[in-house]
Amino acid sequence: MGYFLSYYTYISFGCWVQNMLAAIIMLIFICFCVHFQNTAGQFFSSGHTNNWAVLVCTSRFWFNYRHVANTLSVYRSVKRLGIPDSHIVLMLADDMACNHRNPKPATVFSHRNMELNVYGDDVEVDYRGYEVTVENFLRVLTGRLPPSTPRSKRLLSDDRSNILIYLTGHGGNGFLKFQDSEEISNVELADAFEQMWQKRRYNELLFIIDTCQGASMYERFYSPNIMALASSQVGEDSLSHQPDLAIGVHLMDRYTFYLLEFLEDIHPASKSNMNDLFKVCPKSQCVSTPGHRTDLFLRDPGSVLITDFFGSVRKVEITMEAIHLTDPILQLEDGPMSEEVQEKTYSYVDQLPVSEIIHQKPKQKDWHPPDGFILGLWTLILLVFFKTYGIKHLKHIF
Amino acid sequence: LRRPVATFTFKRRRGQLAALSIAAVVIIVGVPLWWRTTETYRAWLPVSQIKQLAKLQLQLSADVEVVFARGTVTPEQQKKVPLTQTQEEEHAVDGDLMKWFRSYFSVSCFLGADESLHTLSESPCGSLVFYVIPELSLLLPKDTDVYIGQRRTALLRVSSQVGVGRTLEQLLAQLEPRIKQVLQVMSFSHTDVSAVLSDRVRFNPDSKEGIADSMRAFKSSPGYEITFSLLNPDPTSHQLHWDIEGAVQTYIQPLLTKLSPVANFSIDSQTLYYSVLGVKPRFDSSCDAYTLNADSLAHVINPVEARLGSNAASSNPVLNFLLYVPDAHHSPLKIQDHRKQEVPSNAFHSPRWGGIMVYNVNGFYEPEAELPVDISINMAEVMGVFLAQLRLLLGVQSSPPPPGFLVAPRGSSGLADWELDRLMWSRCVENIATATTTITSLAQLLDQISNIVINDNIAEQVSSAVNSLQLAVAELEAGNLKYALQLSKEAILASEKAFFDPSLLHLLYFPDDQKFAIYIPLFLPMCVPILLSLIKMASEARQKRREKLAKKD
Repeated sequence: MGYFLSYYTYISFGCWVQNMLAAIIMLIFICFCVHFQNTAGQFFSSGHTNNWAVLVCTSRFWFNYRHVANTLSVYRSVKRLGIPDSHIVLMLADDMACNHRNPKPATVFSHRNMELNVYGDDVEVDYRGYEVTVENFLRVLTGRLPPSTPRSKRLLSDDRSNILIYLTGHGGNGFLKFQDSEEISNVELADAFEQMWQKRRYNELLFIIDTCQGASMYERFYSPNIMALASSQVGEDSLSHQPDLAIGVHLMDRYTFYLLEFLEDIHPASKSNMNDLFKVCPKSQCVSTPGHRTDLFLRDPGSVLITDFFGSVRKVEITMEAIHLTDPILQLEDGPMSEEVQEKTYSYVDQLPVSEIIHQKPKQKDWHPPDGFILGLWTLILLVFFKTYGIKHLKHIF
Repeated sequence: LRRPVATFTFKRRRGQLAALSIAAVVIIVGVPLWWRTTETYRAWLPVSQIKQLAKLQLQLSADVEVVFARGTVTPEQQKKVPLTQTQEEEHAVDGDLMKWFRSYFSVSCFLGADESLHTLSESPCGSLVFYVIPELSLLLPKDTDVYIGQRRTALLRVSSQVGVGRTLEQLLAQLEPRIKQVLQVMSFSHTDVSAVLSDRVRFNPDSKEGIADSMRAFKSSPGYEITFSLLNPDPTSHQLHWDIEGAVQTYIQPLLTKLSPVANFSIDSQTLYYSVLGVKPRFDSSCDAYTLNADSLAHVINPVEARLGSNAASSNPVLNFLLYVPDAHHSPLKIQDHRKQEVPSNAFHSPRWGGIMVYNVNGFYEPEAELPVDISINMAEVMGVFLAQLRLLLGVQSSPPPPGFLVAPRGSSGLADWELDRLMWSRCVENIATATTTITSLAQLLDQISNIVINDNIAEQVSSAVNSLQLAVAELEAGNLKYALQLSKEAILASEKAFFDPSLLHLLYFPDDQKFAIYIPLFLPMCVPILLSLIKMASEARQKRREKLAKKD
C-alpha cells in the first residue's frame, strides 16, 4: 500500500495520462483487497480457532463464599456463550455448595433473595479443594503436568487459542493469596505467561482479576498479546456487593456482579467490543477504580469482540469439493481375527496395598541441622558451665 | 614483677591464636561448605550448539530429473547428456531465518516410444521426474501443456522451436521458468515454508492465503485421533445403519497408511441420538427445502461439541467428523453459501476442529411409509466428502493448479505421491522450527532463572534433541526427505519432553530482601565477634609497631 502511495505522489508531478493510469491501478488494487477481505476476511479479524478459559477461585472458608460465587458466575456465562466444559479449567479452592454452614445445600447463589443458582446440575470442577495451589496453577498454565494427568485437567491450547484467565480471591500489592497459606507474586505470573508465549500456547490472552489492589498483578507482564483488567488500583480495596441475610454472607464482589450483568446481555452473535467491557463498573458503582492494560495487545481493543474471549464462535468454511469414490466396501473378515485374539484378563491394581505399607522400611530422611530448641538448650548448658567454672574461660573466645 | 606481664602476653597470644584459627576455619572450611550445600544441581547443557541451531539456516534440496523424449533434442545436444546442474535460490523469512532451495537437475534422454514413458520406474521420496515431450505428441490433450501424474512425474509439452540452434545448457535455461512453475505446484515453495513458520513470525500481512491455510491445518503432532459420529435427532422416524468399519477400512485407511511416515492415527466412531443442531433452519420455498445459511453455521458446532466425547487417555488433537441426518420434520436440509447458492457437497468444516455433513434421507422412503424406516447410508458418498475434509485439515494444499495444467485423479488412497512429499517437506520444516524454538527457549529460561534444578534426564533429552536436529538439518540438505522427517519427529519428541518436564517448575522466586532476611540472623551473630577480634588484633599490632618506632627514635 505504501508503495502505491509513494508512486502516486511521484506521478502527481507527471502528466495526466500517468495520473489516470495510477488511479485505475489503485482502484483495481482496492477492489482486489476488498475481494481478499471477503474471502479470507473472517480469518484475520481475530486469528484464533478455539477458546479456552481458566477460572480460579483462590480462597477457602465459608466467609469467602463470594469468591466461589464470582468464579461460578463467570463459568456460567462462559458456558452459555459456547465454550464447552472440555475447554474450561475450573479451580475452586473450597466447596461452598456442600459446606455444612450452607442453609441451602447444593446451591451457590449470586443474587440476593436466591434468584440465581450458579452451581446448577452440570458444573464440572477440575481442581477442587486442596488441589488449588500455586504450583498446580502454574503447572496448568505452563503445561508441566505429570504424564498421568487426565485431559480434563490440562490446558491443551495451541498457537491459535484465545485464553480467558479469571482470578479472584484476596490479594495485595504484587501478590495473590492462595488457600490462606501461600502466595503467587506478579513476577511469577508474568514469567509463567512468558513461558506460555515461548511455547506459543496462546494466540491472545485476556486476564481478569477481582481482588484488592488487583492492578498490581498485571504490572509486570511483558509478553505480547495480553490484555488485562482488574477490579481495583494499587492502594484500593475491592469491595463486596450485598449480603444475603438468609445465607449470612456476602454473595458476590461488586466488580464481578456488574461484569455478570454486562455479560447477561451478550449472546453468541453479539458484536460488543472490549471498550464496552472497560466501562463495566465505574467508580460510582464499584467504589474502587477498575483498571485495564492494553499496551501489550496488538489489535485495537475497539475491534476485539467480547465473544473472542468469552464465547467460542467457530470459523467455518464450506467444503467445496468432494472426492469421488467408486470402490465397493470391503467385507471385513472376522475369521483369522478370532483365532489370534487371546483373552487377556485385566484386573485393577490394589487400591490400598496394605502389605506394602505394613512392611515398609522407614524412608531415608535428609539430615537437618538441630532445631532452635536444641540450640537454646546447648547454649544454656554452655553458659551454666562457664558460670560455675569461672567467667574467665569465656575470654578465650573473645 | 615480670611474671604477670609474661602471663598476660602469653594469654593474649593464646587469645589471638584462637581468634585467628576460628576465622580461618570459618573462611576456609565454612564458606565453601555453605556454597556447596546451597547450590542447585545443574547438569551441563550444550548451549553453544543450541545457539548455533537457533539461527535456523535450512537448506532444502530437491532432486529433479529432466528427461527429454525423442524429438525434443537435436543430436548435438544429445551428445552432452547426461548433464548435472545446480540451481540455488535464497529466501528469507522474517529477515533472520534463511533458507536456500537447491535443485539438482540431472538431464538424460529417453529415445524410446512416447507411449512407454509411463512404464518407467518411480523415483524416491522427495525427488521428481519431468518428461519433456515434443509439441505434437498425442500423449496430452490439445490445450494442456503440463500433466501432473499421480506418482512423482510430470509431462511438459515444449514447442519444437525452443531447442533449435542452442546448446543443452541454453535449452535448459529456456525451460527453466516452466520447470520452476511446475516445481511450485509439485514441490515446496516459499509460500509453503513461510506459512508453516507463520507462528514464529509476527502478524505478516503478506501471503494471506498461506496464513489461512496454516490456520486451517492442524499443527504437527506425533498422533491424531479421528472420531466419526452419526447424529440422529429423530430415532422414532429413522433407523439408520451405517457400515462404518467397512467404510473406514476401504476408504480412509489407505490414506492413513500412506500418511504413516507423517503421524499415527487412531480412529473411533459413535452414534448420538436426540442431538439437535443449535440453529433453527428456515424453510425456503424457492428450493422447497429447509436451509442453513453460511452465517449461522458458526453456531452449529458448540452445542454439539458438548456432547461429543473424547479419548481421555491421550493428549493428541482430535478431528471430529459428524454426519447429521435431519429429522423428518426438517427434511430436506440444505446448506447455502454466502451467495445463497446450494452447496453440492452439503458439508462444511471448521479449521482445526473437523467437518460436518448433512445427509438427507427423505428421498429414500415414501411419505406414507411405516415409521421407523430402516435406512442404509451410502458410505461412498459420505466418505468422499469426509476424505476431502480430512485432506484439508491435515494440510494437503488445495490451491487450484495454474491454467494449462492437468492434474491426474488421486487414486485409491486419495493422495498423490508428490502431495505426500509436499506435506512431508512442510512437516519436516515445521518440526525442526518448533523443536529449535523449544530448545532455545528452554536454554534461555534455564539461563535466566539460576535457581532451577536441571536433572540429568533433562540434560540427556536436550542433548538428544540437539543431536537429532543437527542430523535432520544435514539430511534435509542431502535431500533424504524420509530420514529427515523421522529425525525431526524424534527431535520434537525429545524437546517437548525436556521442556514439559514436571521438575522444571519455577517456584523459586526469592527477592533480594528476603534472601538477606534469611541469612543475616544466621551469620551475623557468628561473624561479629570474629570481625571484632580481628580488628582488635590489627589495632594492637599497629600500636606495637608505633611503640617500636617510638622506641627506636
